[in-house]
Amino acid sequence: MRILVKGAGVAGLTVAWQLYRHGLDVTIRERAEKAGAGASGFAGGMLAPWCERESAEEPVLTLGRLAADWWEAAVPGHVHRRGTLVVAGGRDAGELDRFAGRTSGWEWLDDAGISALEPDLAGRFRKALFFRQEAHLDPRKALSALTAGLEDGRMRFLYGQAGEPNEGRYDRVIDCTGASRIGHMPELRGVRGEMFTLETGEITLSRPVRLLHPRHPIYIVPREKNRFMVGATMIESEDAGPITARSLMELLNAAYALHPAFGEARLAETGAGVRPAFPDNLPRVTEDGNTIHVNGLYRHGFLLAPAMAGEVARRLVAQQQQPERRAS
Amino acid sequence: MLKLYDVEVQSRLLLGTARYPSPAVLAEAVRRSKAEIVTVSLRRETAGGKGGGAFFELIRELGVRVLPNTAGCHSVQEAVLTAKMAREVFRTDWIKLEVIGHHDTLQPDVFGLVEAARILTDEGFQVFPYTTDDLVVAEKLLEAGCRVLMPWCAPIGSAMGPVNPMALRTFRAHFPDIPLIVDAGIGRPSHAASVMEIGYDAVLLNTAVAGAGDPAAMAEAFALAIDAGRLAHAAIPLEPRDMAVPSTPVIGKAVFS
Repeated sequence: MRILVKGAGVAGLTVAWQLYRHGLDVTIRERAEKAGAGASGFAGGMLAPWCERESAEEPVLTLGRLAADWWEAAVPGHVHRRGTLVVAGGRDAGELDRFAGRTSGWEWLDDAGISALEPDLAGRFRKALFFRQEAHLDPRKALSALTAGLEDGRMRFLYGQAGEPNEGRYDRVIDCTGASRIGHMPELRGVRGEMFTLETGEITLSRPVRLLHPRHPIYIVPREKNRFMVGATMIESEDAGPITARSLMELLNAAYALHPAFGEARLAETGAGVRPAFPDNLPRVTEDGNTIHVNGLYRHGFLLAPAMAGEVARRLVAQQQQPERRAS
Repeated sequence: MLKLYDVEVQSRLLLGTARYPSPAVLAEAVRRSKAEIVTVSLRRETAGGKGGGAFFELIRELGVRVLPNTAGCHSVQEAVLTAKMAREVFRTDWIKLEVIGHHDTLQPDVFGLVEAARILTDEGFQVFPYTTDDLVVAEKLLEAGCRVLMPWCAPIGSAMGPVNPMALRTFRAHFPDIPLIVDAGIGRPSHAASVMEIGYDAVLLNTAVAGAGDPAAMAEAFALAIDAGRLAHAAIPLEPRDMAVPSTPVIGKAVFS
């Protein structure tokens, strides 16, 4: 079976990897010059379904809890299983109770427990929630590793200026082009997210830290080379323009509140992307003639793409085993 | 019927549309609240270009009247600009006017509020001002052309409920003929019922519903509480007394002891 996967973001690459493992002949078409050029490259890379359940529906937890194992199998060594730490400033302590009431899989830590995990946060917070089972990865490194693995597998990549492939030559087309489908796909909308990266050697974190705040909650994900990814806003907009001064100010302010060392950090990068979402903010696999659409991953690209890829593979394998149904 | 400018509505709950877990949950909350008016905040990046087209399309599909707001504006100029963009996007002269004066408490800048209300009224807007319970400011807002007043009962998003019931009563007594909507500070249905009992015309909510564990159920709970409070006000509740009054007469009862 010859498959064309359109889009080399997290959705397209996970689908391609999954189908490749099932022995299918896969070609990937990406309009940009490289993989992960869209919203995926600005992701936090948190595999945090227990935390996300605070505002997300149940499937985010049931589907997302498999993600860390999937990524570990696909890109060995890239998944850091160190949990998530959730803290709140002194006068926002009520936010922690609220968060705890809406999630599971956590344990309370006191100051001693916090400093045992993150020594640089010692003395800054009196209590925290620790989600031991959660993990994180660096999205760009993970996508590069996934791409490299696929290229070794003699999978065809058609980037940028390469001519449009003749879709008629493929048995199935898997459309994973995300936000570019807004306006074409019913109910699909864009949710803008903004992030930046700080660089400082004055603080070390080993795991993602979420700072709860009634107005400006943030998360900080440690990366290699003293870098910290800070995100992310959630704005109902399809505008992909640069981060606004207000968002930058609010996020920086929150980062500074987490630890003053971030005040002296260098602003290494800012970014913004548009995440495709359906009204329930859950992803969908839908079929339209010869095309299977995977879309609506919202803020859960790395978390839910593996489950969506599994669903695509199940459908294709089932159809492959029933050729007579396809002919009828 | 509640008449807001030239529009009559049945529902006395105005629902904000921010911070729901998803648009699907928002839609269900609006349905169960039976609200006929929703407020929508417009951010600059949302209005520019193709903006939040899809989200606003979802709002329009709710089939309710939209009251755009200038949430988060900190100056007269910013609020006026946002109001004009909102008029373009939603094709309505209604505007909920917020001019924030204090970053931490989100207290309105009442001086800027009055000025912006005057400018917008002159440009044909029908202004719903988010204000404090200050009577003098309210008078100035009416002079500026406002025909609805929306006093807070506590800081935005605080969920504290009425922190100064006496001020709310005075406000109601002072403006008997102006539609008064309590905007901001409501946390629970009982808070909403209590302000309706003292005669407010409606309640505007957002976080209390959006941040609830089950927003749609909470929206319905608020609708019921608001109806109960409204009914209780019409039924003329007892005023508190400082002595016990038995519900059945004591005199004439058999005495067994």
